[in-house]
Amino acid sequence: MEVSAEAKRIMVVALGKLYSSRTQRGGLRLHRSLLLTLVMKSARDIYHAAQVTAQSAAPKCEPQHPAVNVITTKPAAAQGLQSPASHPAEESRTAGSSTELRCSPHTHTRAENKENVCPSGPAQHSRKRRGKAAAEPDFLPCKKAKLEQGNCHQQLIVSSVLSDYVKCSSELRTAPTPIPVQTAIAAC
Amino acid sequence: MEENKLGRARWRVTLPQLQMGEDAESPKINHTFLRDYVTEADVISTVEFNQTGDLLATGDKGGRVVIFQRETESKGESEEAGETGDSGEYNVYSTFQSHEPDFDYLKSVEIEEKINKIRWLPQQNAAHFLLSTNDKTVKLWKVSERDKRPEGYNLKDEEGRLKDISTITSLQVPVLKPTDLMVEVRPRRVFANGHTYHVNSISVNSDGETYLSADDLRINMWHLGITDRSFNIVDIKPANMEDLTEVITAAEFHPHHCHLFVYSSSKGTLRLCDMRASALCDKHTKLFEEPEDPGNRSFFSEIISSVSDVKFSHSGRYLLTRDYLTAKVWDINMDKGPVETYQVHEYLRSKLCSLYENDCIFDKFECVWNSSDSVIMTGAYNSFFRMFDRETGRGVTLEAWRESSKPRAVLRTRRVYTGGKRRRGDVGVDSLDFTKKILHMAWHPSENIIAIAATNNLYIFQDRVNPDTQAQ
Repeated sequence: MEVSAEAKRIMVVALGKLYSSRTQRGGLRLHRSLLLTLVMKSARDIYHAAQVTAQSAAPKCEPQHPAVNVITTKPAAAQGLQSPASHPAEESRTAGSSTELRCSPHTHTRAENKENVCPSGPAQHSRKRRGKAAAEPDFLPCKKAKLEQGNCHQQLIVSSVLSDYVKCSSELRTAPTPIPVQTAIAAC
Repeated sequence: MEENKLGRARWRVTLPQLQMGEDAESPKINHTFLRDYVTEADVISTVEFNQTGDLLATGDKGGRVVIFQRETESKGESEEAGETGDSGEYNVYSTFQSHEPDFDYLKSVEIEEKINKIRWLPQQNAAHFLLSTNDKTVKLWKVSERDKRPEGYNLKDEEGRLKDISTITSLQVPVLKPTDLMVEVRPRRVFANGHTYHVNSISVNSDGETYLSADDLRINMWHLGITDRSFNIVDIKPANMEDLTEVITAAEFHPHHCHLFVYSSSKGTLRLCDMRASALCDKHTKLFEEPEDPGNRSFFSEIISSVSDVKFSHSGRYLLTRDYLTAKVWDINMDKGPVETYQVHEYLRSKLCSLYENDCIFDKFECVWNSSDSVIMTGAYNSFFRMFDRETGRGVTLEAWRESSKPRAVLRTRRVYTGGKRRRGDVGVDSLDFTKKILHMAWHPSENIIAIAATNNLYIFQDRVNPDTQAQ
């Protein structure tokens, strides 16, 4: 959890620096803003990878499985972060998307906190022409509809495997327990 | 047993440290109580020797340029190699305000007057010319001496007032009489409105007629005589700014081939471009890139791989680059990776998170070659700077700090303690002062004289053991 805490701190610091650089004398420094955005992106990716790993870490897991888990669900998680708003109810039925739903309330909470911290941030963004540094940080909910390509295939694979396993396990046990998606994959 | 040439070198201070805010032309403010505070405007932002090394120019954050001239015992006589004697001191030659704070009304943003770079033109006549640039505008300045003035006008008296014609009874021819040396600096060209983004580099071409200026996304080529237009030779601006992944961090013309130039990027790559290939050199002729070491991957890998400075060697065969933790030498014939890598302050790798929080990780260090391309030099923190001997691969750490820099004092080498046996004088990593950074420096074109900018102080050091690089 240290990694994700550090990643979170780095993102917060990056946001703070990006925000304060707007009032700096001499105008926005493109190079610096770009580097901060890159740091924030890599911290975000590592943060969510760490989140997913942490949730899937069951005691009897073999070492390989969490790694596999991260690779398959990470694109879903990343995509989910970028556009939870644009995935309407029909996708939420698939088990793969439950990863997104699981992540997105978390994201929303965090995103909302960010918005509370910098209340005038998004409002100011919308008034000015969107430049590199004025672009909203990626992990805030994206208001534009985005066509998800390339990753849907992976989501479907995951979800079909999961629904089979969940069915199997429910036959074996008398009372089917709700299995978190990540744990189900790890146990495979 | 091979001797370490750097170890034999005895770097001496040739002039007492100069505090930038104390020159005679500044307003009459009592600076004594401000002595320990660094006035922001006095922070030196660039240092550059001219092609002969007789002149040294510094630019500061307040937009001023100070030119130093080397004192020679017998001015006008040729100096023999190695005969330095007591000469070699640099004294203030001229000071002028190059750039003023400006305002961009369209974008509602201030334009800083800080001098980002100074480059001298090769000397063609008695006058000296230099280019100085801030974030937006490049200016060409003419520095000339006047040591004579005409006296004996017929119609004007000594103060320039018109004489009463009735008092003139005879005609005289005005004669030139020697006066005190006066250095005049005049702006000759202003190259404005060429850049949307912040200018980070200028470089004079070997053709003597053109120069390039580079900002974050574009490189322009100008003719020294034409100010109202320039050629755009590199443009890496993406159609959608949200797709931006890298910016230009430095650019330089090849020292001999007027068609070649190099530019570095924030991704750690170098691009060599040939202007004969096409008018727009977006497509590089050669791309120099080192594959990333996956073992060193961290949150900050992108930031520390950004190249802050690139310099051609005097021979034109090698390139020297500086990123946050290393200095690298590249052979322009080999683009797969650097031929030499020097660790400047590897002990900072574990401190990157704190350096990111205090903004030090964004510091842009410069790097320089010595005249024979056998030694490279770059700056670090705690007023330390490093020199690396390319033949042995060994480095030394020296300090530019007034306590250890009495005139004629010999600099002793310093060390940062990173483990093992601790020696007296070693500095621990946690005691390093990150506010004392050596970002800007210059090496004399033919002798072992270096100029180091330490915040608002300028240090000049000479190697008395090996004053000329040819002797090594």
